[in-house]
Amino acid sequence: MLDFSILTEHFPDYMAGFLNTIKASVFALIGSFILGTIIAVMRISKYRVLRAVGAVYVEFIRNIPILIVVLFFFLGLPSLGVRLDGFTAGTLGLTVYTAAFIAEAIRAGIQSVPQGQSEAARSSGMSYMQTMQHVILPQAIKLVIPPLSNQFINLIKNSSVLTIVAGLDLMYFADIISSDTYVTFSTYIFAAAFYLVLTLPLSFAALALEKRLARSA
Amino acid sequence: MKKRSKKMSSALLAGIVSVTALLSACTSTGGGTSASGGSTDAAASQLDAIKERGTLVVGVKYDTKLFGLKDPASGDVEGFDIDMAHALAKSILGDESKVELKEVTSKTRIPMLNNGDIDMVIATMTITDARKKEVDFSDVYFQAGQSLLVKKGSSITGIDDVTADTTIMAAKGATSIDNIEAKVPGVKVLQFDNYQDAFNALKAGQGDALTTDDAILYGMAAQDPNYEVVGEPFSDEPYGIAIKKGETTLVEAVNKGLADLKSDGQYNEIYKKWIGKEPVTN
Repeated sequence: MLDFSILTEHFPDYMAGFLNTIKASVFALIGSFILGTIIAVMRISKYRVLRAVGAVYVEFIRNIPILIVVLFFFLGLPSLGVRLDGFTAGTLGLTVYTAAFIAEAIRAGIQSVPQGQSEAARSSGMSYMQTMQHVILPQAIKLVIPPLSNQFINLIKNSSVLTIVAGLDLMYFADIISSDTYVTFSTYIFAAAFYLVLTLPLSFAALALEKRLARSA
Repeated sequence: MKKRSKKMSSALLAGIVSVTALLSACTSTGGGTSASGGSTDAAASQLDAIKERGTLVVGVKYDTKLFGLKDPASGDVEGFDIDMAHALAKSILGDESKVELKEVTSKTRIPMLNNGDIDMVIATMTITDARKKEVDFSDVYFQAGQSLLVKKGSSITGIDDVTADTTIMAAKGATSIDNIEAKVPGVKVLQFDNYQDAFNALKAGQGDALTTDDAILYGMAAQDPNYEVVGEPFSDEPYGIAIKKGETTLVEAVNKGLADLKSDGQYNEIYKKWIGKEPVTN
């Protein structure tokens, strides 16, 4: 019932899309981790303005569909004089969108380390940076890894949004293969398998890392 | 390096095959049920099923001005294809109001037809040999030709100005892509889910021209006067009504309906209403 000729005959198309999906995911992963960390630090900052900016970013971005974020970069920015191709616009949208979720995961992790830990560290003479580095972050990272790996898996799946802006990703080529061959079921099952090749190892790695960190506690 | 990447991609291919084998093992039960459901349907003809149901379920476009466009204010879908659907309902069921419209896109229309979601597709669909392998077609109900839509003042004034450096917008699964790639080898084509998305991308300056059948392009130009159709049509695009493969009695009923519409002048009326001129008689 699966038409394997779809996979073998269109393997170069699948590969082209697969590589672009990897590229978009890696760029967005690095970008959203950096941006998300910055937003998380802003959200727990002692300055009210920074907290407000971080909160507006998170609440605004995570409560709208990713489709609109991506369309903004693809169709909206040109009216402001900035034109990005589908791949760039899609990857940027993916980064901005995922950063909101990552910021929340990191903030929640840091804040769930009891206040007493920080107070104890500070009263034994550690600086703010030392407290963060030796006391707070090592505890926070264990709490952050599960939600963070979830976000990275979501990011890879969400990268399929690139198809609507002709971003040349895996989904874009799957759409074209199914349109050209009229074989819908097999085409998308193979596409799903390519996504699994990326997401399953990530899922298992996160699980293994989680276990190792739990032991070291 | 090359050898290694080849090895990697064959390993990947093997991985994909094994993962999908697993997936298909999980889904084979579901697939079996739907296959047996399909075979019971095939015993009675689609035409009988339509008559028994009392409504004609037609797949039409909702995003194509002049042919099938949903009016956002009233919610009504209007156009040449919709009028054809009503006229055929009158011919087959004796009542032009017995029509149920379902939205299709270039991408979904054949799967939806083959799944039995719709009885027929009247959606600016060109009759091609490749499609004839998947579905049956009625006689030609509209004669269109492929052309180009550009922003007014563009340096492109016809197909001859399109080069390998030109970026063309099109809808996924449209025959116009094969045509333009054959005419201009190496041309860059960006494919979108529907014509409205492609037109939005053109308006945002993401490419130089949008290509599809002139009938659809004139509708877009009517929507935004900053855009115009340029050059002579460079292909023949005969539109047909698609019907599930093997439903010969339904194809015959539709062809008879079309012939009657043409002989009693109703076809010309519908044509004039949407296209604004009399059809070219051949």
